[in-house]
Amino acid sequence: MKLHKVTVAAAASLVLSLTAVGCGSDDSDNTSSSSGDEKITIGIKFDQPGVGLKTPDGKYTGFDVDVATYVAKELGHDPGDIEWKEAKSADRETLLQRGDVDFIAASYSITPEREKKVDFAGPYLLAHQDVLIRADDDTIKKPEDLNNKKLCSVTGSTSAQNVKDKIAPKAQLQEYGGYSECLTGLENKVIDALTTDDSILAGYAAQPEFKGKFKLGGFKLSNENYGIGVQKGSDLKDQINTALQKMVKDGSWDAAVEKNFGPANYKNEPAPKIGVVVN
Amino acid sequence: MSSQSVLYDVPGPRAKRRNVLLTVVFVVALAALIWWVLQSLADKNQLEWVKWRPFFTDSRAWYTYLLPGLKNTLIAASLAMAIALPLGAVAGIARLSDHWWVRGSAGLVVEFFRAIPVLILMLFANAAYSEFTDISPDSRPLYAVVTGLVLYNASVLAEIVRAGILSLPRGQSDAAKAIGMRKSQVMRHVLLPQSVTAMLPAIVSQLVVIVKDTALGGALLGFSELLASVRPMSANYGANTIASFTVVAVVFVVLNFALTSFASWLEGRLRRGKRTTGAVVGADAVDELATPGEHVSRDDLGGGGRTSASSE
Amino acid sequence: MFDFLEGYDLLAAFWVTVQLTLYSAIGSLVWGTVLAAMRVSPVPLMRGFGTAYVNIVRNIPLTVVIVFTSLGLFQTLGVTLGAKDFTTINFRLAVLGLTAYTSSFVCEALRSGINTVPVGQTEAARAIGLNFPQVLRLIVLPQAFRSVVGPLASVLIALTKNTTVAAAIGVAEAAALMRVMIENEAQLILISVIFAFGFICLTLPTGLFLGWVSKKVSVRR
Repeated sequence: MKLHKVTVAAAASLVLSLTAVGCGSDDSDNTSSSSGDEKITIGIKFDQPGVGLKTPDGKYTGFDVDVATYVAKELGHDPGDIEWKEAKSADRETLLQRGDVDFIAASYSITPEREKKVDFAGPYLLAHQDVLIRADDDTIKKPEDLNNKKLCSVTGSTSAQNVKDKIAPKAQLQEYGGYSECLTGLENKVIDALTTDDSILAGYAAQPEFKGKFKLGGFKLSNENYGIGVQKGSDLKDQINTALQKMVKDGSWDAAVEKNFGPANYKNEPAPKIGVVVN
Repeated sequence: MSSQSVLYDVPGPRAKRRNVLLTVVFVVALAALIWWVLQSLADKNQLEWVKWRPFFTDSRAWYTYLLPGLKNTLIAASLAMAIALPLGAVAGIARLSDHWWVRGSAGLVVEFFRAIPVLILMLFANAAYSEFTDISPDSRPLYAVVTGLVLYNASVLAEIVRAGILSLPRGQSDAAKAIGMRKSQVMRHVLLPQSVTAMLPAIVSQLVVIVKDTALGGALLGFSELLASVRPMSANYGANTIASFTVVAVVFVVLNFALTSFASWLEGRLRRGKRTTGAVVGADAVDELATPGEHVSRDDLGGGGRTSASSE
Repeated sequence: MFDFLEGYDLLAAFWVTVQLTLYSAIGSLVWGTVLAAMRVSPVPLMRGFGTAYVNIVRNIPLTVVIVFTSLGLFQTLGVTLGAKDFTTINFRLAVLGLTAYTSSFVCEALRSGINTVPVGQTEAARAIGLNFPQVLRLIVLPQAFRSVVGPLASVLIALTKNTTVAAAIGVAEAAALMRVMIENEAQLILISVIFAFGFICLTLPTGLFLGWVSKKVSVRR
């Protein structure tokens, strides 16, 4: 008995894996950690239309993306030097604490708990928790109407739980891994309302596939002050604040709002004052 | 598969009629089910061309989301396979060692990693890498996913290897020892080569598990594998979740089908022109052999340096 | 050190895990047996269906199967499994999904068990005039089950761990709680260790007990 053929098999699988590694080795080179580098790494959402979205062209669009690009430019980085990284809700603090990203603009609300772990520049947008309902649904006019309705949100998010605890105790709660599943349910009439920040909801409602199908409730269930997260004690905070102030002053902020939320008839709040968190 | 012809008589005229009838009933029931599913999908507008179009007419859906995801899935899976296979072989052989401490510690490690969900192993690895190493954040999820997969699957593969070696007739190792081979020679020249063919089906189904389990890394570690590509994709194409998940499921089935087909081709080549014992470790027969008991006592690989010339 | 556990009902979460495991185990034992019977049945179409089912379901990630039960069965086909509120619906859907997935593994295990039954047994059974269902029910399956307790035990352990995927459609089992805790507390390693320990508590005794059972009932040949 020889090991010959076994060796051939093992070699084959090794070659297979080596080629795979060969293809993959190009995306693990840079480890930018501070703003002094040429490159800058920014955490955004990849799956929130209007806020932060990876488009089929491999580009990124959304309000967060526009703000982050502007800020990066003020910090001395061309748009081409920006490396976008997905910052999922659960990962955001960890990404900053480990220095995986330089800053995060990913529908990141400033809260006291989060401020214990990271620092926030901004806020740069005042959003509200709201609901998205079917355009032909007349039964939900005020937050209390959500009682006995079917509410949807994503796993681990607090927004739906808030509604159930405080406003509509008889509402039923469905949690999914992502908003898309909720929207499918909304379309299928299994879900009555999808709840999260109005900025995100507006982004979904403005998508061409959904034109005229959904509307925002306009309830303002909470205040969400979107800030730009940086590492605790980072001197980036002040630089970013300066950049944000400039962005509002030269009109780029309004342009970005109009570009991203305009199509959804989303009535945005005026640009927030830096350092003023609305509770 | 001898059982198939053995379990029932060759159908006579009545049985043939009955089989035809059963087939018809079955086809009708299946067709009704499929029709109901399609009808309901259409009712809920899930079959709209808008939802499916991106996958057929828009190559960007593939280039931007699916193919990069597939690439990451393949990288993670093949790395995990390449590391887990030899590691599992070593651990499996260690479990057959005649030193009790090697046997015992290998057994402990294997049992431990088999008992914990892979997802938790991955999370743990991710935290440990960021804490104690300076692996770049971009490739850390990949490292964590591969580590979790390797730890779990190497311990399962170890059991397969052990069962495969134990499934060989005892005479093989006896004969090898009788002609004066050392323990390592017995393992290398006699037992391993023969047991590989016996183990292949079980190994292959474990490799399929590796491919599927890469998807666990997408949920919590931010590893952008194939399944995770559904999220940005369905956000772009109007929440076409059913279409997106279906396409991803089909890709997984094709991928795993290719893997199993390749393996059965390989198995055929290994078997051809080679005398084997004909023993096969079924995909699930592993644990039966692995439960301590008669099979372990049959293990005389570790019978010290004793060359038992007495066996036939 | 463990004060962050305050306010989290670990036991309730693991109880959901246990319930998911138990119901899915029973379901997949039944459906898996039916599938195995199909795969060895005299009707070619049923054999084809059994083979196709196993080969497709086994090759799809469990997450996709579970998400499909909610998006496909519940949302689109309106299957509520007799429940009214989301918690119950989701739980039952998760059991259904886990059953659909796990039964393909049960089927394969049983099939290898059927193959271990000596040919003489079935030949003798047919010689005394038993038909196919009788051969299966009276002769083959009882012996096959006894010889595959071990493999079925590892399927059960895998099932226990797989219940973590049910979090994808909002079932509040152990892994769902773990995600919430990881998001709210800065104790990643400790939380992972606690949940790993919880799963070891569930799976190790199961494995040991069923290993003992499998020795007890194994068919000596």
